[in-house]
Amino acid sequence: MSYIIKGHQHDWEIVIGLEIHAQVISNSKLFSGSATAFGSDPNTQVSLIDAAMPGMLPVINKHCIAQAVKTGLGLNAKINMYSVFERKNYFYADLPQGYQITQFLHPIVIEGLLTIDMEDGSTREIGIERLHMEQDAGKSIHDKDPRRTFIDLNRAGVCLMEIVSHPAMHSPEEAGAYVRKVRSIVRYLETCDGNMEEGSMRADVNVSVRPVGDTKLWTRTETKNVNSVRFMMQAIEFEAQRQVEVWETGGEVKQQTRLFDPDSGETRSMRSKEEAHDYRYFPCPDLLPIELTQSYVDDIKATMPELPDAKKHRLMSDNGLSAYDADVLVAEREVADYFEIVAKGRDAKVAANWVISNLFGALKGSEKEILESPVSAENLGKLLDLLADDTISGRIAKDVFEIMFATGQDPAAIVEEKGLKQITDTGAIEAAVDQAISENPEQADEVRAGNGKAIGWFVGQVMQKTQGKANPQAVNKWLRDKLGE
Amino acid sequence: MPPVASRLISLFRKWSIKMTKLNELTIADARDALAKGDLSAVELTTSCIQAMDGAQDLNAFITETPELSLERAAQSDARIANKESRGALEGIPIAVKDLYCTEGVLTTAASHILDGFVPPYESTVTENLRNAGSVMTGKTNLDEFAMGSANVTSHYGPVKNPWKLDDGKDRVPGGSSGGSAAAVAAHLSLGAIGTDTGGSIRQPASFCGIVGMKPTYGRCSRWGTVAFASSLDQAGPMTKTVRDAAIMLQGMAGHDVKDSTSVPMAVPDFEAAITGDVRGLKVGIPKEYVIDGALEEISAIWKKGAEMLRDAGAEIIDITLPHTKYALPAYYIIAPAEASSNLSRYDGVRYGLRVEGDSLDEMYANTRCEGFGDEVKRRILIGTYVLSAGYYDAYYVKAQQVRSRIAEDFNTAFQDVDVILTPTAPSTAFAIGEKMDDPIVMYMNDVFTVPASMAGLPCISVPGGLGEDGLPLGLHLISKPFDEQTLFRAADVLERQANFTAQPKGWEINR
Repeated sequence: MSYIIKGHQHDWEIVIGLEIHAQVISNSKLFSGSATAFGSDPNTQVSLIDAAMPGMLPVINKHCIAQAVKTGLGLNAKINMYSVFERKNYFYADLPQGYQITQFLHPIVIEGLLTIDMEDGSTREIGIERLHMEQDAGKSIHDKDPRRTFIDLNRAGVCLMEIVSHPAMHSPEEAGAYVRKVRSIVRYLETCDGNMEEGSMRADVNVSVRPVGDTKLWTRTETKNVNSVRFMMQAIEFEAQRQVEVWETGGEVKQQTRLFDPDSGETRSMRSKEEAHDYRYFPCPDLLPIELTQSYVDDIKATMPELPDAKKHRLMSDNGLSAYDADVLVAEREVADYFEIVAKGRDAKVAANWVISNLFGALKGSEKEILESPVSAENLGKLLDLLADDTISGRIAKDVFEIMFATGQDPAAIVEEKGLKQITDTGAIEAAVDQAISENPEQADEVRAGNGKAIGWFVGQVMQKTQGKANPQAVNKWLRDKLGE
Repeated sequence: MPPVASRLISLFRKWSIKMTKLNELTIADARDALAKGDLSAVELTTSCIQAMDGAQDLNAFITETPELSLERAAQSDARIANKESRGALEGIPIAVKDLYCTEGVLTTAASHILDGFVPPYESTVTENLRNAGSVMTGKTNLDEFAMGSANVTSHYGPVKNPWKLDDGKDRVPGGSSGGSAAAVAAHLSLGAIGTDTGGSIRQPASFCGIVGMKPTYGRCSRWGTVAFASSLDQAGPMTKTVRDAAIMLQGMAGHDVKDSTSVPMAVPDFEAAITGDVRGLKVGIPKEYVIDGALEEISAIWKKGAEMLRDAGAEIIDITLPHTKYALPAYYIIAPAEASSNLSRYDGVRYGLRVEGDSLDEMYANTRCEGFGDEVKRRILIGTYVLSAGYYDAYYVKAQQVRSRIAEDFNTAFQDVDVILTPTAPSTAFAIGEKMDDPIVMYMNDVFTVPASMAGLPCISVPGGLGEDGLPLGLHLISKPFDEQTLFRAADVLERQANFTAQPKGWEINR
C-alpha cells in the first residue's frame, strides 16, 4: 500500500508526523480547582489562578497525572518516574500567565508504539515519541465586535495531553487510521472523550515530501487547527501536493506553520520559521518535579480495561471473527461493549453480522449513536435466540428487528403479539405446498422438466401463503419431494 | 496585699507604660501589657497611626489603612475582653510590605503597572497574621517588584532612612523592603513583614538598625505574594528585637496546600528556642566573606560579632565556602530569568494599567513600557536574554549548577558548625542618589546575603553596632535548613551582647 504523488521529475513520498492534543477527562483543571465542562457561559469557570492574578500559584491536579500515566500505558509506552513541568513563554491575550506550563525536556511518557488498522485489514506499527502534559490556553473571540477581541478563559488551564508521533506515516489514510486508533484508545481508557468537534481532540500535522527512495527528511510544514479526521486527510493531501509543486518548479519548501481552512480545503501560511517564537523554556519554579513510584504505576495498570488491540485478537482467535469485523466492532468501546453482550453465549459470527449490518444500518439511517440505540443489546441477543431455536425465520427476524428499532419492544413480545412464530408443523407446510402446486400446474411442470430456478419461485408462493412463517428448509424439502426434483 | 495597694500598683504600671510612647514598645512587651489589660489594642494602634502621621516625610507607606486598623484593633480588644485572644500577636500593629495581596486594599508592588489593583483575596501570610490577631497598619513602600537594594526604584518615590547624619543628606533604607525597615526603625509599627529574595529583608534591616529575618525557603507560603523570583522569594519578619522576630514568624509560617513549594512540616515554638545560652554552639566564620575593597569597619564589626559569641561560650571555627564568589553572578542570572517570566502576566489585559495601542502587540508594548520602571525593565531584559535559545545552557543551566555547588558548600560546612556568622551588608546606608550610575555597584549590596538565599537557608540580620559614620551595621547569622530555632537562639545572644540601643534621630524634624 503505497501512496505516491507522481511528479514530472520524481515520484514523491509523503512523510507525516502528528501531534495530537487530547483534553484530559477531569472534573477540574490541571493546576486549579475550576470546572472544565464544555459549553458553559464565557468566563464562568475561571479561578484566580486561571486568570493569573498576582501571587497565584499552580498546584498539580493528581487525577490528571493518573490519566496521563494511564494513557501512556495504553499507548504501550514507557512511563518516566521523573518528569518536570516547564514554562513556555509567549505573549497572547488568551494566555493569562504569559507562559504555558507544559513539559519539555522531561515528559511523563516516552517511547510508545501504536498498531494502526488499515481498511484492507492489514496493520502497521507507528512509533510514538512522547506524551506530555500541558495546560490549554483560553479562547480569543474575534468576530463579536469589529474592533475588539473578547477573551473566554473557561478553557484556560484545562489539562491536555500532547501525543507526538514519529514522522512515520506515509499516506493520508495512515494518518487517519492513527488518529482513529489514538481516539479509540483514549476513549476506552476514559482519559479523553475524543470529541473533535468540541475541540477536546485536535491535531497538528507535520508534512514533508521526498523523492521515493530518499531516506532523509526534507523540510516540513506544520498545519494547525485541524479538527476532524477528514479535514486532516484533506490538509495532508493539499499540503503534500503543494510541496511537490514547489520543489518541482525549482522552489524550496519553507519551514513554517500553516493553518487549515476547512472551507477551501487548503492550508495557508501563518508564520515562518524566522517569525517563530523563542519560547525560553525553563523549569517552572512554582512546581516540584513529578516523582512516581513503580507501585503507583502498577496500581494504575491494574485498573486498565481490555484495549482494542487485545479485544480484536480475542474476537478473532476465540470467536473466529474476521480481522475486518473485529476492527469494526472494537473501534468504539461502546460498540464493543454492546457486541459482547449480544455475543455472550451465542454464535459470535451471527452476532457480529447482526450488529454490523442490521444494527449499524438502522442507526445510520436514523442518525443515532450506539448508546441511543432503541434496540438494547439484551433484546438483540433475545432476537438471536429466537432465530437460533427456530422460533422465527431469518426473514421474520428482520421484520421483528425493524419493529424493535421503531418501538424498543422485547422481541418475544412482538413475535407473540403479531403471531410471527415459525410454522414447523410439517402437515401445515405440506398442505400449503400441495395447494401451491395445484394452483400453478404450468410452473410445476417447468420444475419437473428440470428448471431449478422455478423452485425458488414456489418457495416464495408457499411463504406468501404462510405469511412468511413457514420454516424455509421444510418448505424446500416438501417442494423437492413433491416435484420429484 | 490590700486591694487599695494592688490597684495603686496597677495604676502605676499603666501610667509608666504610657510614659513611654506605646508605638515604641516591642511586640513582646506590648503582648504582655495587652494580656494584662494595661493597654488596649486601640490605644496601641492609635499611637502607631499618630507616629505614621508624623513620619510622612519618610515615605515609608504607599497606602495607610488607619480606619481598617482601628476597626481590627477594636475587634482585638473585644476578643481580649471576651477571653478569646488569638495569641501572641493579638492586637499588635504590623506593617505589610506592599508586595502581599491584601483583600480590599490597594496592592501595588510599588509599580505603575498595578495601578488601581485591589485584590479580592488575602495572601496566606497576611491571612495567617490576621488569624493570629495582628492589626495591619498599612502597605509599606518597596523597590518596584522588590527589585532593588535601596528602595529607590519605587513608582511611589524613594523611602528615606530615619537614620540621619549632620550632612543634610537623606539616606536610603536599603531594599527592597525599605518601607518596612524604615517603619520599624521609626516606630511606626511594632513590626513589619518583608520579603527576601537575595537580601531584601536583611540588608535594609542592617541599614536601619533593626532585626530582619528570612526563614528557610518553604517555611512560609508564597501564595498571594506578588512573585519576583519564585525559587528564592520568602516572607519574613522585620522587628525591633530577635524575640519579636520569633513571635512574628510563629504567626506567619506554616504549610499551605496552595503553594507546592511550602513544606509540610510542623512549625516549632520559635520563642521557646530563645534560651540565652549558646555555650558549646559552633559558629563558622567563612574565609571567603573577606572581600577585596571591603571597608575596614565591616571586618571590624564582623570580628566583634565573633568575639561576642565566643564571650558567651560559643566556639568559633574557621570554615570555607569555596563557591561563594560565584553566588552573586549566578543569582543575577536566576532571579531575572524567573522574574522575566513571572512579570509576563502584567500585560494590560486583565487588571492594572493598560495603555492602548493599534494592535495587541502595540498595547503590550505601550503598557509595559510605561508601566515598568528602568530597573524592572533591565531585569526582564537580562532574564529574557539568559533564557534565550543558544544562551540558556551557558547562563541559566550553568547558574543552576553553581547554585547546587553553593548548597553543597553549606551542607559540608554545617557538618562542622551550627551557625555561620558573616556581615550583612558591605556598607552602611548610603545617600539617596548614590550608586545609581552603575547597576553592578548596586547589586554588590547583596554580596553577603545572596549565598544563603541561593541555598534556601534561614538567616537573620541583627544590629551589631555603628559604623565609623555613626550609621548602623548588621551582623548576619545563617543556620541549617529548618533550624530557625538555633538561629533565633544565637541571634538573641548576639543581640544581648551587642546591646545596640542607638536610635535614629533627626528625622522627626521634617514632620
